[in-house]
Amino acid sequence: MNQITPASIGLSREDLPNSYIGRSVPRPNAPKLVQGRATYTDDVVLPRMLHTAFLRSPCAHARIGAIETAAAMAVPGVVRVFTGADIAKVCDPWVATLDHLKGMKSAPQYPLPLHRATWQGEPIVAVLAETRAAAEDGVAALAVTFEPLPAQTDMESALAPGAVVIHPELGDNLVFTRTAETGDVAAAFAAAHKVVEARFVTGRHTGVTLEPRSIIADYNRADGTLTVHHSTQAPHMMQGVFAKQLRMAEGDVRVICKDVGGSFGIKVHVYPDEVAVAAMARIMGRPVKFIADRFEAFASDIHARDHRIHGRLAVDAEGRVLAFDVDDLTGIGPYSVYPRTSAIEGNQVVNLCGGPYDFRNYRCTTTVVLQNKAPTCQYRAVGHPIATAVTEGLMDLAAEALGMDPIEIRRRNLIRDDAYPYTSPAGMRFEGLSHHASLDKLLQMVPVARIRADQAEARSRGVYRGLGIAAFIELTNPSPFMYGIGGARISAQDGCTVRMDPDGSIVASSGVTEQGQGTEAILAQIVAHGVGVAVERVKIITGDTQTTPYGGGTWACRGAGIGGEAALQSAIALKQQLLDVAGAMLQAAPDSLDIVLGRIVDKAGGAERMTLHELGRIVYFRGDTLPRELQRELVQTRHFITKEYPFAFTNGIQASWVEVDPATGMVKLLEHWCVEDCGRIVNPMLVDEQVRGGIVQGIGGALYEHCIYDAQGNLLTTTLADYLVPMSAEMPEMHVGHVETPTRESLLGAKGAGEAGTAGAPGAIMNAINDALRPLGARVHEQPFTPERILRALGTIA
Amino acid sequence: MKWPAMTYHRATSLADVWAAFAAHGPSVTILAGGQTLLATLAFRLSEPGMLLDITRIPELRGITLQGQVLRIGALTRHVELGRDLLVRQHAPLLAQAVPHIAHPAIRNRGTIGGSLAYADPAAELPACAVALDAVVVAASTAGERRIPASAFFTDLLQNALAPGEIIVAVEIPIQPSLAAIDEVARRSGDYAMAGLAAAMRVHDGRVVAPRLVYFGVGRGPVLAGAACRALEGRPLTAESIAAAQAALTTDLDPPQDLHGPSEMKRHLARVLTARVLNAWLRPTEMAA
Ligand SMILES: Cc1cc2nc3c(=O)[nH]c(=O)nc-3n(C[C@H](O)[C@H](O)[C@H](O)COP(=O)(O)OP(=O)(O)OC[C@H]3O[C@@H](n4cnc5c(N)ncnc54)[C@H](O)[C@@H]3O)c2cc1C
Repeated sequence: MNQITPASIGLSREDLPNSYIGRSVPRPNAPKLVQGRATYTDDVVLPRMLHTAFLRSPCAHARIGAIETAAAMAVPGVVRVFTGADIAKVCDPWVATLDHLKGMKSAPQYPLPLHRATWQGEPIVAVLAETRAAAEDGVAALAVTFEPLPAQTDMESALAPGAVVIHPELGDNLVFTRTAETGDVAAAFAAAHKVVEARFVTGRHTGVTLEPRSIIADYNRADGTLTVHHSTQAPHMMQGVFAKQLRMAEGDVRVICKDVGGSFGIKVHVYPDEVAVAAMARIMGRPVKFIADRFEAFASDIHARDHRIHGRLAVDAEGRVLAFDVDDLTGIGPYSVYPRTSAIEGNQVVNLCGGPYDFRNYRCTTTVVLQNKAPTCQYRAVGHPIATAVTEGLMDLAAEALGMDPIEIRRRNLIRDDAYPYTSPAGMRFEGLSHHASLDKLLQMVPVARIRADQAEARSRGVYRGLGIAAFIELTNPSPFMYGIGGARISAQDGCTVRMDPDGSIVASSGVTEQGQGTEAILAQIVAHGVGVAVERVKIITGDTQTTPYGGGTWACRGAGIGGEAALQSAIALKQQLLDVAGAMLQAAPDSLDIVLGRIVDKAGGAERMTLHELGRIVYFRGDTLPRELQRELVQTRHFITKEYPFAFTNGIQASWVEVDPATGMVKLLEHWCVEDCGRIVNPMLVDEQVRGGIVQGIGGALYEHCIYDAQGNLLTTTLADYLVPMSAEMPEMHVGHVETPTRESLLGAKGAGEAGTAGAPGAIMNAINDALRPLGARVHEQPFTPERILRALGTIA
Repeated sequence: MKWPAMTYHRATSLADVWAAFAAHGPSVTILAGGQTLLATLAFRLSEPGMLLDITRIPELRGITLQGQVLRIGALTRHVELGRDLLVRQHAPLLAQAVPHIAHPAIRNRGTIGGSLAYADPAAELPACAVALDAVVVAASTAGERRIPASAFFTDLLQNALAPGEIIVAVEIPIQPSLAAIDEVARRSGDYAMAGLAAAMRVHDGRVVAPRLVYFGVGRGPVLAGAACRALEGRPLTAESIAAAQAALTTDLDPPQDLHGPSEMKRHLARVLTARVLNAWLRPTEMAA
């Protein structure tokens, strides 16, 4: 019958009518977003709804003393004040550990703490009122005594004698440590021709979603159900969390996310203030809304990437990598974040260092410690930009030590394109990567000779420019090996239900979600392609636990690879069903027919036989005219989960061309290139924009974004005037190229594309800055690369 | 955060303003472009009883040449300053400053009166006002009072206005032959890490009345007396510029901030000194 095969998917419109996969179809939901007609959680207004505001801890670490609420209760509009003890009556604490992360420990976390505040910005007391303004007035009228305790802020001293043990019941501040070791690292270093080393720092930063965290919880006493409107990436996961913490049946909880304004991993975690909102709704029997403001976002959204890494690399005289030896330390705040845990980022560093290269001897340790700062957890490209900066920073140091071209040393060490399947020294299994094809493609795009000539000429005028390269791998399409095996109720499987309505229009509901990146657009393309209809006829439903198949949501770049394959399979199943029905109506063999742009046609010759509209009319309204035994459900569901490989790895390589002003320490980004291989590209425009947006976020971490704390644990960057996000004026021209190595695990062949830009950009920029500074004898390895740090490296300031 | 509860009143004449002051006293806060004030309200940094919107008062608008003085109404928006022909002709430093101030949306609303009144030490216009030896025209029921810009910025976010006074205009003596502004900011539109607004004349090959005013490096715009003395009466040369740079050790004691330590800011001030003054080396030589 009508086979959709890996080979046919890639065909162009000319060769394959009704082809949408691989085409830059405009996003159906984009006009809604840009015309202000989207429905974000804050746009949802429910009858009898209350608003909440939180008193947040002013101290990094303090004992919570008396809580005086009388004055707050007297504020007009204030309805009720909730303390930690009030919430704990209906809501259980959680402990964020995963069983497969051996030895991991963390303390129980309550929505509002009972006795101690452990980071500045932690929600302590909630005020419910008729409006948010009244709730804030109520918060201002609260009198809470905080008895300050010494704060443990420096991760380097977290395990030292004399450290403040943040949770005494844990014994110490160690959350998790893991060492991966293969080969004989000591011998490799002893035998090395050159050994290079450096200390790298990646700055603590955060996701800054355009729409802040938002939630409305509505407990209906009449039927005992909790409906939660939530700005989240993982509605089914949150359904389970709310049910478990509030001691309800999962089926009595419904999570709805309409439009979500950006996530970047920020909205895939359990936040204590959001769970408190659900608990308050449960107690009050009324809807309760909480919309974080920007101030709260900086203090209470998860942070990420607070790492210090010592790295060493041994190479032989030909520039071949002999061994990597990496020691990573990360501070994650006072609690591991539920349910994904805050040990994953460090664990990823262990999994990913040296990732693009073919070598034998590897040692990497991560040490994950507690500190009195905002909790950290998974944020776009979890661990990748750290591992890439360390790996690629060391590769450049080795090239310099050898007097070798940075491109040449990479060419000599990148895993060969015919070496797959391949298992890395860290134990990662790669199905198929394209490092050398990607490097070749990059070199077609980057005018290296012209750049080097320009660089030499500019230097003669005292202008310092540099070119930096960074190869990377990216982990996408995770299987249960990421969270499920650790005991977390986070689905690695996803499903899609596709149906045809009487007028021939198609509705598909999917367990993956949309946060602005275009998930719904690619699902529509895939379903249109699979069924054989015009993409305009396809409507997509996501983000509702009651109406979509159970699934994991969108994170770790799984939307296209997992959700897309489920959509394709269910669309193909529906097409088969339609052809069976059409065959009965037309008295033709189903496999002699095809569906093209909403019409049943003869496969041979293409003559139109009937429209889907007509087929729908007969099935739904004149079913009496069809054979009795004919199966006529015009609805199909399929699920997909990866089985062969724990993760679908992708790869790519980036280049950055910068100018550094040695007088001011300012870095100007001149041009940026990225070649990536995400397997099958469903929508080239969306993939390119994902790569560009990802690069911009990587630039943020490299040059601007930094959650700065003072030694006492006070957060100093609490507004967008102090926390610098990358802005359009400073962004370079970006060029994106592709190599396509589809995964054979699915028919669609798509891997993830959302994190590649972020994974590689900081390393490329670091190498470019250091290339520019090389004649001046300066080097920087501490992100963000601020004017201050560059001037220090130059010795201009002490 | 939501704004605190307050009342709003729109004045359409100065008389309205005086009446509001008389009726409500210190609880009145003047609202001009709102680009600073409204943001601070959203942080609940201040809780005014009444916002008095002055943007519909015609007397506070307009740019006119009055003899040797350019009078710029307090409500002149940054965007207007940037494109006004009289400003370009007689006080081009102000026009040159505009692209450094924030972003277009903010420049469309922010006013020169608001910028001067707010007295942000990193703001461009206060520094330009001092560099150009401008005079701030304040008014109250008692009439107008002229305050030299160099005496107007009294401390961090503090000005010399008395209670019951507002800024109605700023008067700029027609600009000396040389004036320029430069700054180092992390991103375009950010407040400067360090900036310099400089003005001077060159007479018979010698520097006359130099005014080097640094911003982002102190508790207000800093007129660098020692650096100016290092230039005054001397030809503008690599040596005199180096002397002015060296003198900044005396003139500047920048507070450290999130961008870096005091030493870095002083270094950036020296870099800007060279960048601004070096650009004038040729005209000086030509004049000599
Ligand atoms: C994101 C952002 C970036 C910015 N970047 C810069 C920058 O780089 N450089 C820069 O210089 N500025 C910057 N600004 C500030 C901007 O220039 C403001 O417009 C200006 O500082 C205040 O002018 P305003 O008319 O908006 O005053 P308002 O915000 O209305 O008022 C500011 C203060 O001045 C008082 N006031 C206003 N007018 C008068 C008057 N006539 N008499 C007495 N008191 C008065 C008010 O009571 C208030 O206290 C930025 C602002 C934002 C939001």
